[in-house]
Amino acid sequence: MQKYSFNFGIWGMALIVVALSQLGALNLYFQSVIMFIGINVILSSSLNVVNGYMGEFSCGHAGFMCVGAYVSSILSVIFFSQNAIFGAPILPPELAIIGFPIVVIISGLVAGLTGLIVAIPSFKTRGDYLAIITIAANYMVISAIENVDVIGGSRGFMGMRKVVNAMTDVIDLPWMMIWVILGTYMSIWMIRRFVSSTYGKGIMAVSQDEVAAEIMSVNTNKMKMAAFMLSSGLAGVAGALFAHVLGYVNPQSFNIMKSTECLVMVYLGGMGSMGGAVLSAILFTVMLELLRFIIPAIDTGLHIINVLPDSYHLSQVWKWVLIPLTLILLMQFRPEGLMGNKELPKLFPGLKKFYKFK
Amino acid sequence: MDILIQNLLNALQWGSFYALIALGYTLVYGVLLLINFAHGDVFMVGAYIAFFVATFFLGFVDLSPWLTLALTVPLTMLLTAGVGVTLERVAYRPLRRKGAHRLYVVITALMCGLMLENSNLALLGASRKKFPELLDKVIYTWGNVSVTNLKLIVIFTAIAVFILLEFIVTRTKIGMAMRGISYDKFAIPLMGIPIDNVIVFTFVLGSGMAGLAGLLFAMSYPILEPYMGALIGWKAFIAAVVGGIGDIRGAFLGGFLLGFIEVGVVAIFPSSYRDLFAFSILLMILWIKPTGIFGVAKTTKI
Repeated sequence: MQKYSFNFGIWGMALIVVALSQLGALNLYFQSVIMFIGINVILSSSLNVVNGYMGEFSCGHAGFMCVGAYVSSILSVIFFSQNAIFGAPILPPELAIIGFPIVVIISGLVAGLTGLIVAIPSFKTRGDYLAIITIAANYMVISAIENVDVIGGSRGFMGMRKVVNAMTDVIDLPWMMIWVILGTYMSIWMIRRFVSSTYGKGIMAVSQDEVAAEIMSVNTNKMKMAAFMLSSGLAGVAGALFAHVLGYVNPQSFNIMKSTECLVMVYLGGMGSMGGAVLSAILFTVMLELLRFIIPAIDTGLHIINVLPDSYHLSQVWKWVLIPLTLILLMQFRPEGLMGNKELPKLFPGLKKFYKFK
Repeated sequence: MDILIQNLLNALQWGSFYALIALGYTLVYGVLLLINFAHGDVFMVGAYIAFFVATFFLGFVDLSPWLTLALTVPLTMLLTAGVGVTLERVAYRPLRRKGAHRLYVVITALMCGLMLENSNLALLGASRKKFPELLDKVIYTWGNVSVTNLKLIVIFTAIAVFILLEFIVTRTKIGMAMRGISYDKFAIPLMGIPIDNVIVFTFVLGSGMAGLAGLLFAMSYPILEPYMGALIGWKAFIAAVVGGIGDIRGAFLGGFLLGFIEVGVVAIFPSSYRDLFAFSILLMILWIKPTGIFGVAKTTKI
């Protein structure tokens, strides 16, 4: 029984969060922060498969997120809601509860297939050249979507809010919260299962020494393909959830800046560490939200002691000066991140009693 | 025919900017094997430095535009080189001393770039700056083809810089030291070559070129904004890679190639397709030749 208490703890926390948001104890702002934490956890842990475990440098993660977001938005709008472009819903909107997870899974699969753009060149190229290919893939996806005028082009695409509302009309629960929690849990479960399996150990082998891995009968091409497709597919799932939480998608919200955010999360947490990726995603999201309140407070404080001229106010842009600065300092003093290549039980051996970390 | 020549000249100008920035990327990569992702933002800082220097001389000192230009060029290059060297001193050198993994240096560079962009936005605000006119516009026309003097200056500057760098790298002692460092980082200090000075010189060269590119860009497209360096920087880097990174001819060729592709796409298709086509063609090139056009395939020892 004690072995499973970690799992019970996680599910208990999830239930408490859902119950609190159902009862209205958590206001919408806190709910959205929790949902973004979930989405960021998926993003950072999925990028960790390529950047951490496999040791490649992929910096176009947001491109796949974009694919997932758009595919899921279009599908759910076509099937479950009335829309000016796509006309009447094909299926009755009451089915959205059953249909939505299927839509998310499909968008993950499509994003995984898009990952082939990067996976196939990665057989021959590695290192910096692969980094370029990922950046180029990110730009290509965004540019391609901007040029399709049916789905709004660069104006963005909306209408997912109606689908979420259709779910709450059937059973009045905070559905998006439930889906995000489920999606996060399933993603982490999948990555952990994959990386700790005998087959998935091939990824670490590729990161250590590719030639030696090939000699020891690891099919490196297959391994790279699996890692890239898993990573980009889960990014697609994150994108699908992101699109439905916001209710609006725009190609420019998935540009290099977003990819950089994912990179920051991975390197903050430590490469090749599942727990690190999860912890850093939580830390990063909370830090961003805290800075939203801290910066104005600092601003008023500095104005009281007359350090700043009256005309100048600290804006929210300083957030994006502080975050890179944090990372630069981190790289100077602890380059492997918070928990580089270690899992939680290495740091807290007492946890082994409650959960089987592989 | 006239349209073709006109587009060719536009492509040459557009490619010149890419080539100038790509040269900086290539220099640093060739010596340190480090992708200096902050380079695009160094270019942006160069444009802003040029703006401040030019407005200072025009407004406060009240010099003639010609004299201002003559003073702005060296000052911009010097100050931008200072920014590049500062980056190297503050961020990259401690990591190099510790013998950190290359990836960590790349991340640091990426973050330095973000810091430069956003601190610029935070300090100077989001209002766009208008670059003052320094050159009297002269338009030469042959038939339907028209060229401004600035366009010619940009193209010739790019070619001159390329020849200069090629000369420095292949014919001088410090160039030989650069090539030596990229060949074997551990044996070079044993030969009595001051490795840090050579690296600083590399950054001076690369950032100076970025400053020059920033000045010329600001003169050609006189609206400055904090994020102008990001996209151009990424694209110039991709151009450098397609040419074969670490090779000066490759950077030059890649920059012009990207310029030609982009202008060609815009001439035929709507302009929103520019990035899509440019990157697709570059991906094709990298699929066929994974190490770029001039790149040499590295063998891995077992």
